[in-house]
Amino acid sequence: MDIAFIIEKLILISAILGISLVIAMYTTLAERKFAGFFQDRVGPNRAGPWGLLQPLADGVKLFTKEEIIPTHASTFLFVLGPSLSMFTACITTAVIPWGQDLFLFGRQVSLQVADINVGVLYVFGVVSLGVYGVMIGGWASNNKFSLLAAVRSASQNISYEIAMGLSIIALLMMTGTLSLREISEQQAGMNWNVFYQPLGFLIFMICSFAETNRTPFDLPECETELVGGHHTEYSSMKLGFYLFAEYINMFVSSAIMASLYFGGYNYPFMHLISNPNLAALIGVAAFFTKILLFIFFFIWVRWTVPRFRYDQLMKLGWKVLIPLAIVNIALTGVGILIFWK
Amino acid sequence: MSHSLFYLLSFITLFFALLVVFAKNPIHSALYMVMTFFAITCQYLILNAQFLAIVNFIVYMGAIMVLILFSIMFLNLNQATEPQKSSLLKFAGVISAGLLMLTLVGAILKTGGGDVPFELIKPDIGLVKNLGKVLFNEFLLPFEIASVLLLSAMVGAVLLAKKDIN
Repeated sequence: MDIAFIIEKLILISAILGISLVIAMYTTLAERKFAGFFQDRVGPNRAGPWGLLQPLADGVKLFTKEEIIPTHASTFLFVLGPSLSMFTACITTAVIPWGQDLFLFGRQVSLQVADINVGVLYVFGVVSLGVYGVMIGGWASNNKFSLLAAVRSASQNISYEIAMGLSIIALLMMTGTLSLREISEQQAGMNWNVFYQPLGFLIFMICSFAETNRTPFDLPECETELVGGHHTEYSSMKLGFYLFAEYINMFVSSAIMASLYFGGYNYPFMHLISNPNLAALIGVAAFFTKILLFIFFFIWVRWTVPRFRYDQLMKLGWKVLIPLAIVNIALTGVGILIFWK
Repeated sequence: MSHSLFYLLSFITLFFALLVVFAKNPIHSALYMVMTFFAITCQYLILNAQFLAIVNFIVYMGAIMVLILFSIMFLNLNQATEPQKSSLLKFAGVISAGLLMLTLVGAILKTGGGDVPFELIKPDIGLVKNLGKVLFNEFLLPFEIASVLLLSAMVGAVLLAKKDIN
């Protein structure tokens, strides 16, 4: 392990963290702007030109608000909840391949923090850890509404994780690897997995909506029934962390969907570009374009589709998505047997 | 390096395991158990058993502990409603736990626990590819039997959870 390697990784990690935080910040603005557009109003336009400084203003507001910890709350766990949410939201980016290798100063620089050969499973592990933030925060608030939200969120996450895992199995049967880098490499050009796994992608996407607690699956913070859900008792930046973690999760699951099903950093006619650095940079740009399109889709759905009822949510998860995912596995197996071998 | 890491991780594992037992609040107890599982996951990583590590992470930390927390949250646990076990049951528990410890200590002594650290015969066996090949070639029959066993347990659980069995 030489110094250059460590510096390279440090720069990469800081850059990725910075980019994901900035994108999450501006997703909040985009969400409100698009909400305004869908509802035929203007949206935030006071702070800066076109409201561009609105996220900063929101951040300052959250930081300077009074911090309240309820009297009978368990203080350590109350603080741990939002921190854990933020932490688990950020660490998934470690295994995502952001682009092809760059050649800088005679070194081959990989645009992926860690290429572990169980990358897909690592993502699952972190996703399953994500529920602890909501559960711990909801329980530590010592509030019945928060507790109910915590319990809801736990059962929702566990139910949809199963369908998500099953939909991924069909993809893994085709790619034959668990490394996100190799999965991206296999989709060179327009050879995207979504063309072979449309059903798997649909299930995966629905489950991503549920895992990130976005509408129509935002039952844990259902205002009409649970006041504010798991963050009813939170104020100041601890509330900000919960809200912000949701946007980072949105960014990360968009990145995962793009790299698993929509070719990652690949784009059509990429083999025509001879300069490897230029090709890699265009690849990064293509990847971020796909991510932003997915984020737009998340926002679009939120302001279009109403929230599910709780029993509908459970029925969809257990009686529709899981059987569909199993059928998808069987179909993929038959397909591989007939067309591949 | 990995030697001292092992001792550090073992210390963390045992420390949190003891806290699981001694914590007064059942929720805290469950959270300490999550930490214990995490330390064990790291132990698997030192052994280069990536698949086992990540599965331990997903299944134990991500699913089982969430379910345990889930059920504890529903219980209104305090001193007054705490179920008191009879002393006969307590003695039975102590004796069976003691016997388990005796067996484990005996097994460790038998395998020759000395100062020499164990060397893995095949260091790459824990990688997904190698593990899959071994499981689906050499141990195919036991693997399938275990799957059938798990499936029947699942069906049984669903049957037990049903309100009216007709």
